[in-house]
Amino acid sequence: MYVAAKGGEAAIDNAHRLLAEMRRGDPAVPDLSVAQIREQMRLLVDRVMTEGSLHDPDLAALALKQARGDVVEAVFLVRAYRTTLPRFGASEPVETGAMTVSRRVSATFKDLPGGQVLGPTFDYTHRLIDFALAAGELPEPAAETEPGPDAGHCPRVTDILGEAGLLEPSPPEAGAPVGDLTREPVDYPADRAVRLQALARGDEGFVLALGYSTQRGYGRTHPFVGEIRYGEVELEMVPEELGFPVPLGRVPMTECQMLNQFRGSGAAPPQFTRGYGLVFGQCERKAMAMALVDRALRAAELGEAVSAPAQDQEFVLAHCDSLQATGFVEHLKLPHYVDFQAELELVRRLRAAHEAAISSAGEPVREAAE
Amino acid sequence: MSAAAPLPEPGYNFAYLDEGTKRMIRRAILKAIAIPGYQVPFASREMPMPYGWGTGGVQVTAAVLGRSDVLKVIDQGADDTTNAVSIRRFFGRTAGVATTTHTSEATLIQTRHRIPETPLSEGQILVYQVPIPEPLRFLEPRETETRQLHALAEYGLMHVKLYEDIARHGHIATTYAYPVEVAGRYVMDPSPTPKFDNPKMDGCPALQLFGAGREKRIYAVPPHTRVRSLDFEDHPFRIQSFDRPCALCGAEAVYLDEVVLDDRGGRMFVCSDTDHCEGRRAEGHTGEMAE
Repeated sequence: MYVAAKGGEAAIDNAHRLLAEMRRGDPAVPDLSVAQIREQMRLLVDRVMTEGSLHDPDLAALALKQARGDVVEAVFLVRAYRTTLPRFGASEPVETGAMTVSRRVSATFKDLPGGQVLGPTFDYTHRLIDFALAAGELPEPAAETEPGPDAGHCPRVTDILGEAGLLEPSPPEAGAPVGDLTREPVDYPADRAVRLQALARGDEGFVLALGYSTQRGYGRTHPFVGEIRYGEVELEMVPEELGFPVPLGRVPMTECQMLNQFRGSGAAPPQFTRGYGLVFGQCERKAMAMALVDRALRAAELGEAVSAPAQDQEFVLAHCDSLQATGFVEHLKLPHYVDFQAELELVRRLRAAHEAAISSAGEPVREAAE
Repeated sequence: MSAAAPLPEPGYNFAYLDEGTKRMIRRAILKAIAIPGYQVPFASREMPMPYGWGTGGVQVTAAVLGRSDVLKVIDQGADDTTNAVSIRRFFGRTAGVATTTHTSEATLIQTRHRIPETPLSEGQILVYQVPIPEPLRFLEPRETETRQLHALAEYGLMHVKLYEDIARHGHIATTYAYPVEVAGRYVMDPSPTPKFDNPKMDGCPALQLFGAGREKRIYAVPPHTRVRSLDFEDHPFRIQSFDRPCALCGAEAVYLDEVVLDDRGGRMFVCSDTDHCEGRRAEGHTGEMAE
């Protein structure tokens, strides 16, 4: 006998309790502290902050703990929290040229002012599982070096190339306030600032795959890594009552300047164009992929044919956000009884009509086209 | 059954959103009411529930909810589906408003996929959760294109789609999210309610608000507005009909859920609107399988 299902409340409560217990895992194993996640899962914390659009390593670490390590879920927690935070102003643009670099590599010049600095990277590690790590062995201390003569002076490659006119200049300061896609809905066609915001918040996997697709011929841009730099930048803000910039603190960021070929047009001589990526922390893969997609999205502006997915801003911007994507995909778990009932009724009616047609004609109905 | 209002969650503003955000949403709502059926872009926020699970409806509700409101939340017509429970609880926690399951007691009803069977009255607000607000989206994926089509009232695509249904199946094969024309101008998606509910939107004395969070759009049908389901003279709009009454309350001309009883083809049909069904049973109506 069917009784209208009751008890949704109890079921939800019980599911949450079970989830909390599963999150904790075996109680004989010590509880993971937020500080441990923040310090030892740093790249994960960086990713959650980047895609969560909120710089707060402790909060991101806590979100990861609460989300059982599910990145998208942790991003979700951070974004929902961000919604409730008051917005008291906007910072000045960060000066990445003045970054205290921990890592800085260029693929376009063997040496350049400021030098090549490998810094903390997996790049030249051999990917061999390190069983000593499982035994809890402490690492060797990092090497110390005297700062070189040009330390502290690390001009961006784009500024070096720009002087000779080989590279398109930075777009002029428009003076108009920069759009904010968390405060205004995206209005297509979106300008570059809004597109970059969307890409910075976008899912790393999605942006990576799109960037990769441009390397395989779907919107090819002939990219070179002009420079990747990772380090701390100063954040400044101009409070209205003071009228001059005051420092807010330092934030670690990764910036990628991709240089791309451009054959020129009737109006413009051939020169290199740019794709740009900027993220919190050391999300280097994301910064590179972002720069590739940014450049691909400039196709129309540069007079290139728009034919590949990575060049199509409605396709890219509407689908790069992991929360929008996961929410809508996972909503399919919700009940759809009444719509399904409507479709069920339709299919039954169509089948009945089909059967009736067959029995009255004595042979299968012929399609109009046959 | 009205639940007493618990204390709101500390550390959050009334109904979760800050007042600045609510004002922004209210402006979008006012514009939507002024241009019935037109999709107004709004700066949808990230909410603590997933996109696609009612964030648009939740933001609209949060923006119009007052302390004296009585809130009802339904999903698939029922008050006790898990997502309805979750959203009702959310407002219980963050706004501390009174909640109810009775359609007639509610001042604000948030819904997914149904319009209550009990006719709505003046002063009530019905908030719909909308997944894809653009009725032309599956015919034209680009926003830049569909916006122009709306601006020019160029709805030929939609009529061709409905005509192709007729050519292929002998009748229009859209059973839910059936497109409507509002106040003689904009073609609007009524959200994925079964077309059975479309006639209830027409001339409805309650205010109908539609929120699409992921797609960042709000639209509205003001009270007493003409809502016409698209059709053709020789193929007039028709709603679903069920060839039997509700097995629990005996109601006819209501939308029914099919419940599978066993693996031998046993089925029963019961009201999708649980409040309506319970109300009828309390009045003494019974169906063939009522205990």
